Amino acid sequence: MADKKKKDEKAGINFSPDLLDLLSKFQEVELEDFELEVKDLELWFESGTLPRQLMPQPKAAPIIKGKPRELLKTQFMSPIETYPGKIVEVKLGATKGEGGSRGCSVVIGGENSPAFYTFERPVVHPPVVTLDVFDMALPLSKAVKMHVKEVIGDPAAWAKLAVENFGADMVTVHLISIDPLLKDATPKDAIKTVEEILQTVDVPLVIGGCGDPVKDTAVFAEITETFAGERFLISSLTQDMDVERCAKFVKKNGHVALSFTPMDLNLARELNRRLYDHLNKEDIIMDLTTAALGYGLDYAFTNMERARLAGLMGDAELAHPMSSGTTNAWAAREAWLKMAPEWEPRELRGPLWEVTTALTLLLAGVDLFMMMHPAAVKTLKEVTGQLVSGKKADSSSFSDWISLKP
Amino acid sequence: MSEKKKAKPKVKELSPIDVYKLLPKTNCKECGEENCMAFATKIVNREVNIDQCPPLLKKEYIKAYSQLKEMLKPPVREVIVGDGEKAVKLGGKLVMYRHEFTYFNPTAIAIDVTDEMTDEELMNRIEKTGKFSYEYIGYTLKLDMIAVRSISGDPEKFQAVVKKVVEKTDLPLILCTLNANVAEAGLMAAPKAKPLLYAATIENWKDMAELALMYNCPLVASAPNDLNALASLAKTLLAFGVKDLVLDPGTFANEGLADTLNNFTMLRRAACKGGEELAGFPLIGVPMVAWMGKGETADEVIKWREANLAAMLIVRFADVLVMHGDDGWSLLPNAVLRQNIYTDPRKPVAVEPGLKEFGTPDENSPVLFTTNFALTYYTVASDIENSKTNAYLIVVETEGSAVDSGVAGRKLTAEKVAEAIKETGIENKVKHKKIIIPGKASRISGEIEELSGWKVQVGPRDSSEIPKYLIDKWQP
Repeated sequence: MADKKKKDEKAGINFSPDLLDLLSKFQEVELEDFELEVKDLELWFESGTLPRQLMPQPKAAPIIKGKPRELLKTQFMSPIETYPGKIVEVKLGATKGEGGSRGCSVVIGGENSPAFYTFERPVVHPPVVTLDVFDMALPLSKAVKMHVKEVIGDPAAWAKLAVENFGADMVTVHLISIDPLLKDATPKDAIKTVEEILQTVDVPLVIGGCGDPVKDTAVFAEITETFAGERFLISSLTQDMDVERCAKFVKKNGHVALSFTPMDLNLARELNRRLYDHLNKEDIIMDLTTAALGYGLDYAFTNMERARLAGLMGDAELAHPMSSGTTNAWAAREAWLKMAPEWEPRELRGPLWEVTTALTLLLAGVDLFMMMHPAAVKTLKEVTGQLVSGKKADSSSFSDWISLKP
Repeated sequence: MSEKKKAKPKVKELSPIDVYKLLPKTNCKECGEENCMAFATKIVNREVNIDQCPPLLKKEYIKAYSQLKEMLKPPVREVIVGDGEKAVKLGGKLVMYRHEFTYFNPTAIAIDVTDEMTDEELMNRIEKTGKFSYEYIGYTLKLDMIAVRSISGDPEKFQAVVKKVVEKTDLPLILCTLNANVAEAGLMAAPKAKPLLYAATIENWKDMAELALMYNCPLVASAPNDLNALASLAKTLLAFGVKDLVLDPGTFANEGLADTLNNFTMLRRAACKGGEELAGFPLIGVPMVAWMGKGETADEVIKWREANLAAMLIVRFADVLVMHGDDGWSLLPNAVLRQNIYTDPRKPVAVEPGLKEFGTPDENSPVLFTTNFALTYYTVASDIENSKTNAYLIVVETEGSAVDSGVAGRKLTAEKVAEAIKETGIENKVKHKKIIIPGKASRISGEIEELSGWKVQVGPRDSSEIPKYLIDKWQP
């Protein structure tokens, strides 16, 4: 029965891969169907009405003078605004003609209205999704692991899966093995990993470090030079790195810097100012830190919303496209923990946690999502597609929800 | 944004002096504050309301009182649904963006029931809705309302189900039907419950408005994807004498998503930034439209989409939502999201660093540390409390960073941990020199041992495992 259901689902909606597949399998499905049938049967035997005379009688209306007899027609004035500022456009990835090896490049930013205020202005460049690929085995939640277990430890195969099966626009190579406290892999090892991925997929890449400012600088220096012209997003440049040196090698080799700061717009401005000494505005994306739903998402959301509004209002130091490490949603225990039965299955709760975090930040103005679970990615892309489709609502059947028989 | 200037000062511009000028200025302390200026400051911060000043309620101050009421009136009207303790307040928003001040009255979530459910289904569903409860950093997350839908169109059936619902629960109701006869039958079964009546449309508004006045209940004005019609309805209903309105611009899934978000955003902006009074009412969203045209689609997929729609509406200004999916996995993310979005952004992210004691710790009790990021701290604290163990917790100053981001961003370093060990004087309170560190800080365990001279035990990566860890692994 569950199989049949899935077949029908595929036929009707044409998911590829099917959302339900991504959301794992449910033993519960069959049981629920059975219950539904029982409910339907019971309806026939139940009338549930009370004799009219037992009910309270209608009240009389208070008398109000001059009640309107006809609809008082008026116009709603659409509150359209103009903004002095505009978000910078940043191009990621370079094709062969542009000095790189990618099959396509991706442009984000360029917005001149708050996120998806399409009553005001159309979206210039819809947000894009880059999927996480790790260069060594690491602890992953069950809901994520089940989709990638075949490729853990093989970053090139993982990248291929992300692009071909999960619909990633880009891939993030997390070079966690270079961490001196983990494997302490050399820049040469990292270059080899990146090279393999470049050979396997042709989407633009994000190069992620390990968080050690000294080691990241050393590895980024060699990667940017070896792959000059590819227009990687270097993730990330932070205040405690040698910002001048990093900015220089990013610029010299034609890449893009991800300016990362810990949830403080003043620090974001300050780091961007330091980068301006060496980089063009079009070479900078900012990451204002993403906290998980339930674990500081409110701060992340407001910080990003403020940054976007400030950028539109003319604060050039914040008028950069924004990137979000949405994978951080999995830091929330509710995303992965086995909980009491009323909150299960976690195979659904987990990816929904990620997608809820993503949708919240989508509406704050995030342009680039770094994500993890394929169902969350698929949903974010679907929603974004719907929001920019330019299609209108069919309002004729809306009120049918009142009498809907689910 | 080039907002039109209005005579009424906006929330941020309102200063305590503006309020103080209209207060009695007697410093009588009857409100519990030291003086009238302190009271005025709290008024401006919306921590108290003017009714808490007893002298102001006297006849002689009636003019000042009404001036203050007008000055403090939110651009989005506060509408109360239900009666008694569980009544919910909808709207009452002062600002469009939460960073401009803070949001009040979290989006109420209603779960639907119908007049075609069996008694058992009905009772189970109401009970499940009432029992929904999740403990989250000191808050209990709950569901708020029951939406009763008329499927049959039969007034008697509707009346019967409403009667059963009010007998079973004191959660406030939304009565859903476009048929005034059905609506009246429902209202008669709940004459004092002050339900939200859904809905007046351009066809039935006269009858629905009469009912709203007769039963003194708030009324939804519904005009799917037509803001001119919605404004016209609001204008007409106000003229009719119905003051407590909720606006329904329609909720549309899939292709209608852009229109949905646009309508909610335009209404809220017109109310908060443009001073448009006809838009100044709470907004109702109906994520359960995701179930329309369901066909053979699996229930899980529909619940997933309904949750997505609800999340976007919570972020984009909805004050009340009607939902059908009542699974814990699909409701929990939105219950938490709502709590997050409605948290007061004026409150600090960090807690005071220092030493915290749990239970009655002695010289053999375990010593743990965590960061001073408020959410990390409260989570760890509640897990230690649950373990019922006596323990010391050192809260390290990490400028409000969590453990993993603190380690990555150098806000949580071995130096800071060593310093905190010293400063808290924990060495004089315990006779061992062992510290349990968060699993996510294992990278700096060696450095901590080196700098502090304490032996490090790497604890669990998630604090939910602390209780078990202390039982299995702790020995002084």
